[in-house]
Amino acid sequence: MADKVKLYDIPEEEFLLPGNRMCAGCGLSLIYRTALKALGPNTIITVPASCLTVLHGMQGFTSVDKISVLNTPFATVAASASGIEAALEAMGKDDEVTCVAFAGDGGTTDIGIQGLSGAAERRTNFIYACYDNEAYMNTGVQRSGSTPYGSFTTTTPIYGKTEHKKNMPKILEAHDIPYVATSCASYPLDIYAKFKRAKEIKGTKYIHILSPCPPGWGFSTKDTIKMGKLAVETGFWPLYEIENGKFSLSTPSKRLLDPAKRKPIEEYLSTQKRFNRLSNEDIEEYKRYINQSWEYIKSKNLTTQLL
Amino acid sequence: MVDQKVYEIILASIQKPVVGEAGKTGSWSRFKPKIDLDKCSVVKMNKDVCHFCWLYCPEPIISRTIPPKINYEYCKGCGICAEVCPPKAIKMVEESEL
Amino acid sequence: MTSVEEYQVMTGNHAAANACKGARVQVVAAYPITPQSPVVEKISFFIENGELNARMVRVESEQSALTACVAASATGVRVYTATSSHGLLLMYEILCWAAGNRLPIVMNIAMRSVGAPWSVWTDHQDAFTVRDTGWIQMFCEDNQEIYDTNLQAYRIAEDPSVYVPTFVNYDGYILSHTSMLVKLEPQKKIDEFLPPLKHHLNLGDMNVVMGVCPVTTPDIVKREEGTAPGYYEFRYSLQRSIENSIKKVKEVHDLFAEKFGRSYGNGIYKTYRAEDAEMYIFAVGSVASESRLAIDKLREKGVKIGLISLKLFRPFPTKYLRELFKDAKLIVVFDRDIGYGYEGILCYELKSALYQSKNRPFIKGYIVGLGGRDVNAEDLIDGVYRAIDLEKKNEYSEQTEFIGLKLDELDFLQEVVK
Repeated sequence: MADKVKLYDIPEEEFLLPGNRMCAGCGLSLIYRTALKALGPNTIITVPASCLTVLHGMQGFTSVDKISVLNTPFATVAASASGIEAALEAMGKDDEVTCVAFAGDGGTTDIGIQGLSGAAERRTNFIYACYDNEAYMNTGVQRSGSTPYGSFTTTTPIYGKTEHKKNMPKILEAHDIPYVATSCASYPLDIYAKFKRAKEIKGTKYIHILSPCPPGWGFSTKDTIKMGKLAVETGFWPLYEIENGKFSLSTPSKRLLDPAKRKPIEEYLSTQKRFNRLSNEDIEEYKRYINQSWEYIKSKNLTTQLL
Repeated sequence: MVDQKVYEIILASIQKPVVGEAGKTGSWSRFKPKIDLDKCSVVKMNKDVCHFCWLYCPEPIISRTIPPKINYEYCKGCGICAEVCPPKAIKMVEESEL
Repeated sequence: MTSVEEYQVMTGNHAAANACKGARVQVVAAYPITPQSPVVEKISFFIENGELNARMVRVESEQSALTACVAASATGVRVYTATSSHGLLLMYEILCWAAGNRLPIVMNIAMRSVGAPWSVWTDHQDAFTVRDTGWIQMFCEDNQEIYDTNLQAYRIAEDPSVYVPTFVNYDGYILSHTSMLVKLEPQKKIDEFLPPLKHHLNLGDMNVVMGVCPVTTPDIVKREEGTAPGYYEFRYSLQRSIENSIKKVKEVHDLFAEKFGRSYGNGIYKTYRAEDAEMYIFAVGSVASESRLAIDKLREKGVKIGLISLKLFRPFPTKYLRELFKDAKLIVVFDRDIGYGYEGILCYELKSALYQSKNRPFIKGYIVGLGGRDVNAEDLIDGVYRAIDLEKKNEYSEQTEFIGLKLDELDFLQEVVK
């Protein structure tokens, strides 16, 4: 389990440089800034086509300092990490260097899932981080497997998405890897703690981080933190870790086992333009969906307590 | 001679880290955060007790110092710091009011 | 002096695997496909047996296989992969990525036809289909040549004047599964020929920070910190390096010949009975091998014909071929592939190369042996005679001609039509 982290535990040293290409208020920007502090300089990151490619800058110049990065085509980030890790092993450097694949939700849940599943099955020693802004944001907000129910995107322009999002952490959990965690841009201490923990573990580590996106979700840039917090506090996006099969809810989500402690989902849905045509039935569907996902969490939690 | 150029281009595929890769991103917004030092917790207590603005800033443009300093050259003006500041010491103001 | 004991009997696939062992590859990533699979099986055995100190990434697809090779190569180690047909096509995107990143990857293509319909048998469609991805491409005619060319390929690809990934192609089954005598060289001698990799990309060196393969723009970027080339300059650099690599291909071939005593023509093409030839057969791989028999029989009949078996297909050795064919009257090209809607790929590449020649020979192309249909010397001879006739009449056929089709035997077609 990740250690408790306090604000002043987080290093002042920055790896993300100012004046980068990310939109104002970008959730990914905050996630990446925080994660790099936890990963530190002895890290090789591989990145598929995504907003993160853009963050890494154009042509000969990058906004990322002190960390080596390999860009790779969309479907291939986990295989790319497998290659880096194999080379590090061949060089005898796999213990001193951390290998990380950092991809968006499209690159993870859709086009990249085969490579990720393969790498996890091979027990590849790397961290796979998925920043989930719930659509293909870099190409202009198209529907992905991770887009939530009812959400309007440019490829679901009239009816909104008619399916719920793919539960990627659960799929990775089924791969029996040593570490699966969820996090959210609005909780930098949680992000930092989980990347730190993942770095200490050998094998495949998967961290799935919800990343509010002001232009894609339709909210003001100042509200990025608020949106992520609402996603967690309504119970829509539970924060947890599963280390060697042991499930534990992270602090912000712990008390939400009691449904009464969850904020009404309307508070989350009503503040984003992408949900602005949801019907009452859609909202009821959301309530059912959240309850159902918490039933699963309860059973996981209970099993772990019995262990 | 041409061959040397060809080789140099191969090597030039490697990126260099720079500040302001996207230019002076401070120009993206005319609203900027202004810290009211009378309200700022770390200034008032002269101690590292808050720095939420530094923690939540998606850009590394607020320093973890007393008082916190904002790099206006690159601040994109998102307004997150003003939202998360517990004592509400940060206000978004027109650039001219800084 | 060589003795028989120094030779071993092995398939083309195993010759390729032995070359990897000799080259001390450090990372292998591959996915099984017929007829390439035994290469990977053999390498896996070498690794698990402790004969080869390498990491094997047993990936879940060819796209991942080549991606893992790209990443491992960029991290700074020598890598290898092999594939065929649909596997190669699944790699297509990453083939371009490997070349664009200037990674000295060596890949064997055990050539096989491309579906639909399914066929696991040989033709050259897969290899020719990937000719525009920015790789050096070489063809082999026997198992010793596979072994030797693989060793040379690393030395060529890893040369700082090149840094271009390299294909070494051989026919599925005809070489991949056929046993021949192969001389394996002592490790010490190979090490002298092939020094350890020195790479321009070395992500694994933590003293250097690199961002590799970023987004580029149509123009160059100038900043106080320096100037960065745009996409266009990168493409120029790749093209120039491939063009210039022809010198290195020849140089490495000659060095190899000097050290190991085996050579393959001039390293660019091989000739057979071509010294006094007035006309030529032009082909690659298994078709070139079969043409040798055809040429012997034609020579018996007094036809002054020779074979040019192209070894180096990319870069296309235009200058060499213009010189070689400067007095040729007729060239017959047998393609085991098609540029659909046009003609055999090798044929039109040769036509294009000779267009600027002062004496433009008559070129007649045929399609042969797609999907493993047997290519026999009699059919080739028939093709040559028809070409001689056409040349005399200076007649060009508008339609692509297929040799060895059996349309006449397809009686059931009548039934369907009824």
